[in-house]
Amino acid sequence: MLLHIVACIKQVPDTKIIKMNPKTNTMDRASAPAILNPYDAHAVEEAVRLKKRYGGTVSVLTMGPPPAVKAIRKCIEIGADEGYMISDRAFAGADTLATSYALTKALEKISKIRPIDLVICGKMTIDGDTGQVGPGIARRLDIPPLTSVKKIVEINAEEGFAIVHRKLEDGYEVIRSTIPCLLSVEKEINEVPYSPLPNLIKAARYAPHIWAVSDLEDIDKTQLGLKGSPTIVSKVWAPQKPQGGTMIEGTLSEQVQQLLEVLFEKKELFQEKGGA
Amino acid sequence: VNFDDYKGIWVFIEIKDRVIAPVSLELLGAGKQLADKRGVDLAGVIIGDGVKQYASTVFEYGADKVYVYDQPIFKLYRTESFMRALLECCQKYKPEVILYGATTTGKDLASAIATDLPTGLTADTTILDIEEDTGLLLASRPAFGGNIMATILCKKYRPQMATVRPKVMKACEPELGRSGQLIEESIDLEEKNIRTKVLEIVRETTKRVGIDEADIVVAGGKGLGNQDGFQLIHKLADVLGGAVGASRDVVEAGWIEHHHQVGQTGLTVTPKIYFAIGISGAIQHMVGMQNSGLIIAINKDPDAPIFQTCHYGIVGDAFQVLPLLIEEFTQAITLVKEALALQSTPIEAPENSSVEEGIEADVDIEVEGEVRHG
Repeated sequence: MLLHIVACIKQVPDTKIIKMNPKTNTMDRASAPAILNPYDAHAVEEAVRLKKRYGGTVSVLTMGPPPAVKAIRKCIEIGADEGYMISDRAFAGADTLATSYALTKALEKISKIRPIDLVICGKMTIDGDTGQVGPGIARRLDIPPLTSVKKIVEINAEEGFAIVHRKLEDGYEVIRSTIPCLLSVEKEINEVPYSPLPNLIKAARYAPHIWAVSDLEDIDKTQLGLKGSPTIVSKVWAPQKPQGGTMIEGTLSEQVQQLLEVLFEKKELFQEKGGA
Repeated sequence: VNFDDYKGIWVFIEIKDRVIAPVSLELLGAGKQLADKRGVDLAGVIIGDGVKQYASTVFEYGADKVYVYDQPIFKLYRTESFMRALLECCQKYKPEVILYGATTTGKDLASAIATDLPTGLTADTTILDIEEDTGLLLASRPAFGGNIMATILCKKYRPQMATVRPKVMKACEPELGRSGQLIEESIDLEEKNIRTKVLEIVRETTKRVGIDEADIVVAGGKGLGNQDGFQLIHKLADVLGGAVGASRDVVEAGWIEHHHQVGQTGLTVTPKIYFAIGISGAIQHMVGMQNSGLIIAINKDPDAPIFQTCHYGIVGDAFQVLPLLIEEFTQAITLVKEALALQSTPIEAPENSSVEEGIEADVDIEVEGEVRHG
């Protein structure tokens, strides 16, 4: 039995290098390129690996403005077969609850084209840092959410189960779930290799399926976008600058000497473990 | 929704290896302040098998009520079973706020429940407050990958929910013998109707000292240049007997594994001494270490924000400072050990400044969409 795996992905600004406008506390978008959320690359890679192992199809789904097509093309480079995008002004300003609603409606439509066995997401996005959308989708589809997945042991489509390792603070648990289910995966689940040339060529020419709100069935518009979002950002602010510490000045050796004095005020800490 | 029906601050009490997770006690401390401000009860919700015994501790840490679901089906955490219990409890007793530790379990459970209720959920909160009259929860967290702080509100739905970073809030001193109202609940849930089974739990007890437990953490950032440069961090940590920490950049560059990462998407640490070397001090890093006892920063850039948060700073090249520091420390420690035999009075570190108060700024609508989804 062939698998149909759908990876939910997002295009994000590269928050590592983004600059903030110190006056308005808003992001200077021009300062950072839009990239495929790094965690999602691992989700797509894992889906592609499952396809190689069991056979089937990998689709990717995203919600975003038109330029997010680039993120879908990146997924095609990794080895996804199909790309779907929902794009509409009505989706704008969605929080995690409204996002999971919109993506679920799109997944329902995709599942009519080809029934879905697995939904796979990255652990979280680097701009939102919440990890809440994946479990939200699972609840809406009424399938088990499996978060913090660091290894997929087996997907058994015939008998309808999956066995995965879920990362815990001090180890992991081996969990068996019925499928379909939703997995949100840790970065350590795989390494994303360089894409082979044929994928790059396919990706460059690839045009995803793009749906607006009107293309989705049975949709409650009040649950979309800013309107459908229970949370709002009331203010953004830069933490007040603390007064700052004591700067240790002088020549290199003076600085080190002074630092040693500071450290040895806490000398009891070095009693057991310290020393060469 | 009639908001007057929703009363009380709840904390989900996470039990791990027969111990209440420290973050749950911290949240009772934070929840107590919210409850007092609102003049409502603080409650803990305990779900598990053989867990009724923990109620007394929850009372001692400030709860007025404890709701307990003590059934064999809750022996191990599973999203579906725990969610059913908490959801039912929530619909029956209607709290205005539910707080969860931002742990693997807390985040998993909160995300699922938020969708079913439905309500808003703020992730990885680091500052909590509540409006006395409206009961509006003010949950603040680092946003945009930790470049700025954002305060998130949930105006139209109840309960309001947040996951809160461990080690950020403070537990109250337990009041021994303090008691409260114990409410025992149960739900009708059969094993065959739960779609997931935990087959095995594997504890990975490696020899490493978790950086969240170490007294001394030596953390390095991109300023070390590359993986070879980062070895200096390991060396210094070795001689000091500390653990190695790292910034997000360094972990993402693959110089060191994720369990060394300090910050919003890594661990929160509160060692007695924290070295930030070649770390500029982005907000997402600061939230993970700002409560350390003594913060020492070494950075080439005199304008690095880390110098605002540290207790002592050296503007300098890590490649010059560290080798000398390692050498001098190694020599000096012998003398110090002798001196220790004579006296051992600990000296308190200066009070660390925190980021509790901020400068307000306008939000444009563009920002709103970006902070959240994901």
